[in-house]
Amino acid sequence: MMAPGAALAAWLLLGGLAMRATLDEAARGALASLIDSHGALVFGWWLVAGGLGAWAAARLYDAHVADPARLADAARLAARDPEAPALAAAWPGGATRALARAVDELADQRRALRSEMSRMVDEASRKVALERDQLGALMAELNQSVIVCNLEGRILLYNGRARALFRNLSQAPDSAGGAELIGLGRSIHAVIEPAPIAHAREAIERRISRGETAAASQFVTATPGGGLLQVRVAPVRSAADANAMSGFVLLIDDITEDYADLSRRDRQLVRLTEACRASLASMQAAIDMLDYPDLSTGEREGFQAVVRDEVAILSGRLADLAADASDDLLTRWPLQEMLGADLATAAARRIETKAGRPVAGMEIDEALWLRVDSFALAEALAFLALRLARPDLTLRLARAGARAYLDLAWPASELSESPPRLHGEPMDFGDGPSALTPRDVAERHGGEVWLEHDRARGLSFFRFLLPLALDRDTEETPAERPEYYDFDLFAASDAARALDERRLDELAFTVFDTETTGLDPAGGDEILQLGAVRIVNGRLLRGERFEQLVDPGRSIPEASIPFHGIRPEMVRGQPRIGEVLAAFHAFAADTVLVGHNVAFDMRFLQLKEAATGIRFAQPVLDTLLLANVAQPDEASYALEAIAARLGVAVSGRHSAASDARTTAQVFLKLLPLLREREIATLGDARAAAKDSYYSRLRY
Amino acid sequence: MSAKVLIADDESNIVVSLSFMMKREGFDVLVARDGLEALGLIRRERPRLVLLDVMMPGMNGFDVCEAVRADAELRDTRILMLTAKGRDADRARGIGAGANAYVTKPFSTRDLVAKIRDTMS
Repeated sequence: MMAPGAALAAWLLLGGLAMRATLDEAARGALASLIDSHGALVFGWWLVAGGLGAWAAARLYDAHVADPARLADAARLAARDPEAPALAAAWPGGATRALARAVDELADQRRALRSEMSRMVDEASRKVALERDQLGALMAELNQSVIVCNLEGRILLYNGRARALFRNLSQAPDSAGGAELIGLGRSIHAVIEPAPIAHAREAIERRISRGETAAASQFVTATPGGGLLQVRVAPVRSAADANAMSGFVLLIDDITEDYADLSRRDRQLVRLTEACRASLASMQAAIDMLDYPDLSTGEREGFQAVVRDEVAILSGRLADLAADASDDLLTRWPLQEMLGADLATAAARRIETKAGRPVAGMEIDEALWLRVDSFALAEALAFLALRLARPDLTLRLARAGARAYLDLAWPASELSESPPRLHGEPMDFGDGPSALTPRDVAERHGGEVWLEHDRARGLSFFRFLLPLALDRDTEETPAERPEYYDFDLFAASDAARALDERRLDELAFTVFDTETTGLDPAGGDEILQLGAVRIVNGRLLRGERFEQLVDPGRSIPEASIPFHGIRPEMVRGQPRIGEVLAAFHAFAADTVLVGHNVAFDMRFLQLKEAATGIRFAQPVLDTLLLANVAQPDEASYALEAIAARLGVAVSGRHSAASDARTTAQVFLKLLPLLREREIATLGDARAAAKDSYYSRLRY
Repeated sequence: MSAKVLIADDESNIVVSLSFMMKREGFDVLVARDGLEALGLIRRERPRLVLLDVMMPGMNGFDVCEAVRADAELRDTRILMLTAKGRDADRARGIGAGANAYVTKPFSTRDLVAKIRDTMS
């Protein structure tokens, strides 16, 4: 305001001076008198004109310069923040108001698009999650070992049975429940040689290129422990191009036992055939000799003795074989594991349909699992019920040692009638008659069926002796469904990027903790327990953990027990550290190690290096140092304190595995905080931790 | 002098019948209970014909047959393998080892006699 005014006054003064310089003395006097008399008017007129000019200029500036700039700012804000208020409502008016309205319309449209988009994304992710859950549930139920890998052989998906299979094949101590072999992001080549898989893949690719739809391939491979695995390989085709493979599915059967059975049976068969031939040859020859008309009595008796002898030998062989083969037949008949109560319900329903009246009652041991052909059994019971034709039948199921009794019972009648031998009669099976008797059905189960009378309780019953299910695997039903699948790995690549340049949220981590007899590894303190969990693609995998007590080979100081809760009797019979470190090394392969105050744990590991030859060469991150970077001004960096600050619930007693888990959760919470500080890659994190370490040293 | 035949088999029940039959057919019958004994008798007695079982203790029939065929002096020995091993592979091995005929147990003695006559002629 001041500067333009002053410039205007100076310009006027300069004009006055210039005009004065051109005038002579007389004119100057006339002008002076004229200014004296009319100067005020001229000055005032000029002042008003100057003011009006300034006002007009200000209006023009506002309308054409300031308003558009303001509008540009507001539009920029609206572009950044969808929640920004509408422009036109707060706009004073003028030419730019229409422009503000247009910007508002665009912003509204964008908001609508954005919400529609997020709705679609939500829906799509819900669908994907549902499909994933369905697939997960399906895989968990499958009786076969299934592993899905990407083209590099990294495991994307597996089921519990696959892990159990490889755990059973592994000779290492069972610290990680097979998770050191089969885990998300691990290489399948740890358990199956690369060569046969590559061979199968080539075969598949050939078939795909020929346009065959069923392009699976299979091979048999031996495990280090001498087992035999039959592996079927099927391609995962990419959605975009059906001829391109994006991964493969492995269906794995342990055929070690089948194969052993088969070859045993084969040998048996050959032996039997040859023995039979030999015996028959002896008999045939002896009988041919008996045809000679002129045999002496002694000769005749000799040849007859040969025949009798060979018949006895042959009978003995057959008896042995039958005893042997019945076990085989039993295992080969497809029996399913079934809850006894379910079997009884199914049988009761079948009885009602077939015999036309329901059973009068059931006494069932609810906890029994049986191994049965439920269809045949229900048919047999229904057949017996139909023929008994009584309204007072009950079904009973009870355990009997290593087997179970399934009874079809009825009150014994007063008359000492001889009950029919129904269980040996051919029954109507399913829709038509069959040669099968209830006894055959029982024998199929390696069991028996008989008619029994319980005089004391006044009951008669047909009793089936049935096999119990093999011990059920309780550990296959963890409280939380383990994260067995991670499709994000499909996108992962083994590209030879240096680890340091990898983003933290795409790396695999093994977060671990140890419990020790004391704080001085060099002074003879030893590891008592090792616990670890895995983080893959930013997710803590609850199903894949490592937990192992270690026999320290020394006494456990009484004073340390309150800290770790490990008593001497707990480590008795546990593996020694060398064995455990080997297993842990496998578990932690291809991952970054993470721990809280991890230098302490690493010191213990490093001191064992010379003795065990096991070296942990991978990068290491320390949550203590990272927390110090992310939250520099806190008083305490104890694990519990950080966990409390970050809202991580500290669960469970102080143990290596639960601490590892807490550390992992803390680590995951630290990642976004670190990202805010521009720490995104492993290299960034290591550099920051190093600085923090030195800064801590200085204190 | 009648021709000598060696019956080499460890199962006495068949040896009884075979030796009875061969005597009736006019042969001079020798008996061996295992492979080594059979080879020794073949070398010492030079039988015209050997009825050779495969599964014998010590040295099996295939080995005996090979050993005989490897010995030029025993060139004329006729060998008839008489065995319970009936798979094609066994038969091929027997013929490969140099047997003149391969008979799978059980057999009818009449057929056996016919086969022996073929082999001897």
